[in-house]
Amino acid sequence: MTETEMERAESAQSAAEAEQAIRRETHDLVVVGGGPAGLAAAQEAYDQGVEDIVILERDFELGGILQQCIHNGFGLHYFDEELTGPEYAQEFIENVAERGVDIRLNTMVEEVTDEKIVYAVSEDDGLTEIDAEAVVLAMGCRERTREALDIPGDRPAGVFTAGTAQRYINMEGKMPGEKAVILGSGDIGLIMARRMYLEGADVEAVLEILPYTGGLTRNVVQCLEDFDIPLRTQQTITEIYGDERVEGVTVQEVDKDFEPIPGTEYDIECDTVLLSVGLIPENELSEGAGVDMHAVTGGPVVDDGRETSVDGIYACGNVLHVHDLVDWVTEESMIAGRSVAKQLQGDIEVREDPIEIESTGAVSYVVPERITKADDDREKLPLYLRVYAPMDEVFVTVECGDEQLAREFERRAEPGEMITVDIDTEALADLPENRLTVDVVPKEEI
Amino acid sequence: MSSDTVEITCIACPVGCDVSLEVDDGEIQSIEGNTCPRGADYAKEEYRNPTRILPTTARVAGGVLPRVPVKSAEPMPKPELEDAMAEIAAVEVDAPIELGDVIVENVCDTGVDIVATRDLPATEE
Repeated sequence: MTETEMERAESAQSAAEAEQAIRRETHDLVVVGGGPAGLAAAQEAYDQGVEDIVILERDFELGGILQQCIHNGFGLHYFDEELTGPEYAQEFIENVAERGVDIRLNTMVEEVTDEKIVYAVSEDDGLTEIDAEAVVLAMGCRERTREALDIPGDRPAGVFTAGTAQRYINMEGKMPGEKAVILGSGDIGLIMARRMYLEGADVEAVLEILPYTGGLTRNVVQCLEDFDIPLRTQQTITEIYGDERVEGVTVQEVDKDFEPIPGTEYDIECDTVLLSVGLIPENELSEGAGVDMHAVTGGPVVDDGRETSVDGIYACGNVLHVHDLVDWVTEESMIAGRSVAKQLQGDIEVREDPIEIESTGAVSYVVPERITKADDDREKLPLYLRVYAPMDEVFVTVECGDEQLAREFERRAEPGEMITVDIDTEALADLPENRLTVDVVPKEEI
Repeated sequence: MSSDTVEITCIACPVGCDVSLEVDDGEIQSIEGNTCPRGADYAKEEYRNPTRILPTTARVAGGVLPRVPVKSAEPMPKPELEDAMAEIAAVEVDAPIELGDVIVENVCDTGVDIVATRDLPATEE
């Protein structure tokens, strides 16, 4: 053999070996992600009759982000009692274990195709190719970073996303620093201010670029006011400085267009900056599978069963849209689990005339975006929505042509709090047109 | 003691009313600013005996993680939170740990126990 021929023979042989090394499996349902969304979807699908379920989880244990959210405030809607994140997670971890769901930890999903072939790798099993009847995407979300904000200045150590700091402190027992400034007053920022303070750090300030906090009032009270931590609104960090470690930040007030106002600069000395500046649904796998994406939520466009534009691929939880309460993640994921089960059992009818759901006015988005299933067993169909800005005393309305299908009063609507409005499924039987409009109307206009 | 005004933000719902209490000699004279009865109840309780659930972590020896999350089994007096943190910091527990295990009994003499909020397996040797 010539040298080229030998090379060819060798590469053919190694390709054949690699081919053999791939484990090939078929399963009814593959759930990507073992956080609250994946766990609830798997549990409900099992309870509705799907027994061959695999959960693929990249971490060394199940539970997802709940395991580092050690604070209380979870479960008030779903369990009717106040739990911490780990307690909430453990309930569902035990439930899937009792049902004998196949759980694969330390397993990273590399690709999901539009034919529902799932490629996953792990140290123990190498590469596995799973041919699935249905896939639930439940990868959650990730945090926006300093790079996403383009904060100018040096690049020293000591700049963390709030969630990274949370994992270091709560799970790994490591303090990120001693003197912190927190940018962003969403709930994670507020919770981490208290956590840093109680673990002995000085928390100099929580800065918020908006005129109002994005967090719950109870967190402002119990995380900041309890410990005299100042919340400064309409201010942001315009420079981070420090040689190897953060030495301080420059803060500026901003105008209504969020532009820094010249002359308002002041410095805060600190060794740590925590960023709590938003969450982004983690959808690389979804996009790889070719599902249609939604411009506002950053997640897939789904129907009432949480099925994406690709047949048999579902999405639920924070990968679909970022939730403020895990209770709604559970509810939504159970909708997905139930819908998967009905589809796999051939027990679901598709509407001849899908209904499109549009958000209008002050409504920033509604999930789901369309109704395609004719599932007669449901009495109510919940719509999840958010508003652009805080408003007092409003009605959320769902209308079809001149007909009003649902109306819900909210004493206060805030972008940080998801609103649910239930549609009576009977009302969907005979509609004047195949388009629903969701709006938020001030009380006095009704 | 003389008469005083105490401002309390109600957290019973997202409205977040600013409730003010007129207090004379430690006795609540009047409550204003709340838009529903829950606001008055909350403000009274928050003035007389503010309590909080304390979620934190405790050191673990031989576990799959070096910390286990814990909480006060019931709401505890707010002024004791920082002393309770110090008492919990002095403890190290051996894995395995089960959800609900008492990590510190009767923390700071409040009558409240600190309990684990998850199972934490031991590392496999």
